Amino acid sequence: MERMNLENLNYVNRPVRKKDAMSLVTGQPVYMDDIVGSNCLIVKVLRSPHAHALIRKINTEKALKVAGIACVLTYKDMPQTRFTMAGQSYPEPSPYDRLILDQRIRFVGDAVAIVAGKDEKSVDQALKRIKVDYEVLEPLLDFHTAKDNPILIHPEEDWKSLAPVGADNQRNLCASGLEKDGDVDAVLDSCEYVVEGTYHTKACQQAMMETFRTYTELDAYGRLKVVSSTQIPFHVRRILSTALDIPKSQIRVCKPRIGGGFGAKQTVVAEVYPAIVTMKTGKPAKMIFSRYESQIASSPRHEMEVKVRLGSDKDGIIKAIDVYTLSNTGAFGEHGPTTVGLSGHKTIPLYGKAEAFSFRYDVVYTNHMSAGAYRGYGATQGLFAVESAVNELAAKINMDPVTIREINMVKEGQVMPAYYGETNTSCALDRCMARAKEMMGWNQKYPAKDMGDGKVRGVGVAMCMQGSGISGLDVGSATIKLNDDGFYTLSIGATDMGTGCDTILAQIAAEELDCPIDDIAVHGVDTDTSPYDCGSYASSTTYVTGQAVVNACRKLKERIGQYEAEHPGMSLKDIANSSMCGNTLALEVTEMHSSPVSPPPFMVGMAEVEVDKETGNVELIDYVAVVDCGTPVNPNLARVQVEGGLVQGIGMALHENIQYNDLGQMRNNSFMQYKLPTRQDIGDIRVEFENSYEESGPYGAKSIGEIVINTPSPAIAQAIYHATGLQFRELPITPEKIAMGLLES
Amino acid sequence: MLIKLWLNGEVVRDHIDPDTLLLDFVRKHGCASVKRGCETANCGLCTVLLEGKPVLSCSTLAARAEGMHVVTLEGLQDEAREFGEFLADQGADQCGFCNPGFIMNILAMMEELDDPDDEEVKEYLAGNLCRCSGFVGQMRSIQAYMKYKKGGA
Repeated sequence: MERMNLENLNYVNRPVRKKDAMSLVTGQPVYMDDIVGSNCLIVKVLRSPHAHALIRKINTEKALKVAGIACVLTYKDMPQTRFTMAGQSYPEPSPYDRLILDQRIRFVGDAVAIVAGKDEKSVDQALKRIKVDYEVLEPLLDFHTAKDNPILIHPEEDWKSLAPVGADNQRNLCASGLEKDGDVDAVLDSCEYVVEGTYHTKACQQAMMETFRTYTELDAYGRLKVVSSTQIPFHVRRILSTALDIPKSQIRVCKPRIGGGFGAKQTVVAEVYPAIVTMKTGKPAKMIFSRYESQIASSPRHEMEVKVRLGSDKDGIIKAIDVYTLSNTGAFGEHGPTTVGLSGHKTIPLYGKAEAFSFRYDVVYTNHMSAGAYRGYGATQGLFAVESAVNELAAKINMDPVTIREINMVKEGQVMPAYYGETNTSCALDRCMARAKEMMGWNQKYPAKDMGDGKVRGVGVAMCMQGSGISGLDVGSATIKLNDDGFYTLSIGATDMGTGCDTILAQIAAEELDCPIDDIAVHGVDTDTSPYDCGSYASSTTYVTGQAVVNACRKLKERIGQYEAEHPGMSLKDIANSSMCGNTLALEVTEMHSSPVSPPPFMVGMAEVEVDKETGNVELIDYVAVVDCGTPVNPNLARVQVEGGLVQGIGMALHENIQYNDLGQMRNNSFMQYKLPTRQDIGDIRVEFENSYEESGPYGAKSIGEIVINTPSPAIAQAIYHATGLQFRELPITPEKIAMGLLES
Repeated sequence: MLIKLWLNGEVVRDHIDPDTLLLDFVRKHGCASVKRGCETANCGLCTVLLEGKPVLSCSTLAARAEGMHVVTLEGLQDEAREFGEFLADQGADQCGFCNPGFIMNILAMMEELDDPDDEEVKEYLAGNLCRCSGFVGQMRSIQAYMKYKKGGA
């Protein structure tokens, strides 16, 4: 796309109010559980108390006798086609390792039976009356020992991997691999300074406010209609078809408003349960996950341990980067082979002067709940490691950590060998760093200041990148249609989950068609009628689907021009109305777009913390973030993405932690124990943009959704280091760890 | 058991189980704005006014509201719109799932506190979680709204 002058635009790069805003703020019934009929079966799942077991016997007789129970399903009732719940394009990199219900139980909370009945009370009662005889097996809970452990999580013969990702179920491997460029060991040997560290990030829950939920019914044509809170309607259709072993033609998936996703709903967590009930009973059914279930049996971030070796010359020029990532995918392999890749691909390329790199990884099965997709998708974990290592290198050579980044950072126009060999076509990372430094007052505050009352303030820095969609794979489409009186309908398959993509895509359409934004009615998503889109994930919607909207609008304008040429002198309104009589030229266009590249957005984050040396308490005084997302199509929504992502990142750095006890029971199974940041936990958060212009994106846009979560962990860890002298390589950094560390030091 | 209460100004009589939660009761009676975000009284999504005071309807028995006035966002549409404009102008409405409970508590705060500063606002709303906005845009919208209510515009 040619470079646009952003000054003359009406809608793009303008803070337009979200099209659904007023219905959301007035509490209109627009979510799944608000719009489905009340006359449906309530579906619940009996969950395993054991981390690893085989079901010897399961007796459902007494449960079936409870009044109002429609069905009690066990593994014996299930289709025997293995599938993955990961919402990815076919053939999925995630292995086909699940059945809806299996005889083997693989984590505490794994599904043992499905009960459907007329109301919650009867279903709860029936759940209690199911008698299960388990053969309890030794669980595999430590992911360090999982590879080649004699305890196998997936010994079954019909386990299969569809893609060459280095998976082997006989070794508990969901994926493994090696990528390299140059001789990393030789270059490291020649380096003046080398640092080495192992960094451990924990699983975290997306914790969107609306839990997982799905409604299913048979429609007038006898097809399975699915209303689900999902980011991936088209993948849901395909996955259900495999899981239920029914043709795709028999399934229709609709997306209502979504109460948040952050990647959680890029996995088909809830859909299979009501769907199988509707298929077995013919009746409408719904499953609404409790928060407890959403905590213990869902799709959190992959726990990773990342080993980094970094080497530089005497001037601090980073010459070699060696990364080994061990990722814990839990009981199933959802997003296991792909998340791990980002821990190398979105970290190593930041340092443009490295002569050699090596990136190795293993993704292992354990008896934890399955991990999944969470904003940042592996990059977040890798960046905590690599950015922390760079900070440690700076400390070792006594260099300002801002300076070491300024002299090493990737520049616009550079080729990035560790990023699929792509060229860095748009990059304002240098400007982001300069502006963040200024906003923080880095030179005055670095490294720390004793406040004199047992409290010390320290500052820390990190930089990061992400992608804009999956290159050469992600597909976005838009259908734009001219209607009576000259208004347009824009149909999309991308899923607005609160982020505002319905509005952003309408802004692009209104800009292209030179009309008021209220003349663009947006519709999404219904798999029967929406154009195909792989869904909203991988930071793809604005960049990929946005370009599809541009292309569709331009084609439609051509069509309208064609019509006008045959019917001169008509207004748009007249064209729209007259085209509905005696006309064979459809004033409707569908365009599909995919990008061969995935231009990275860039960002710098700086944290200022105050540590109480008595208690170890950390107060986040100030967080400064400067982002290059290309052109922000809607600066308001982009800013809120940054602020929201930062606070999730702050939660990951300081509070949020999924912990298991020796029996494999998850301890943080409610919002009592799982500590989301509240508005009292955060200090100032200041966000600015330093835009580059990405010519392959709509109006110069790249992505924003995921990158924003990446800087807090390394920046806060370094701020704490500067305040205390303690280098934390494991998250979250709790007051307890700091206080204990200070006692020992 | 039979209970009678006023829901958004209308009398409602219904037979309920004694353990029915107020949250499920008001949803059954057409107040879908009231959401469940947790089961442990941590998220604030289910906030309603009981006799004018904000309560968490997930941990209030419907029977406790016998003879009382219950107000949800359905009964405060003008007020919701008035504040909501400010939230929308920040883009901080986001997924919207926490908005009704959050707005209920803001309206209660405006009744209860006289010209609160930022720290008082944060304290009053500490029980209202939001996972999308990071709270920052919400705070901007509250500041703009309070200025507007004071006639500052």
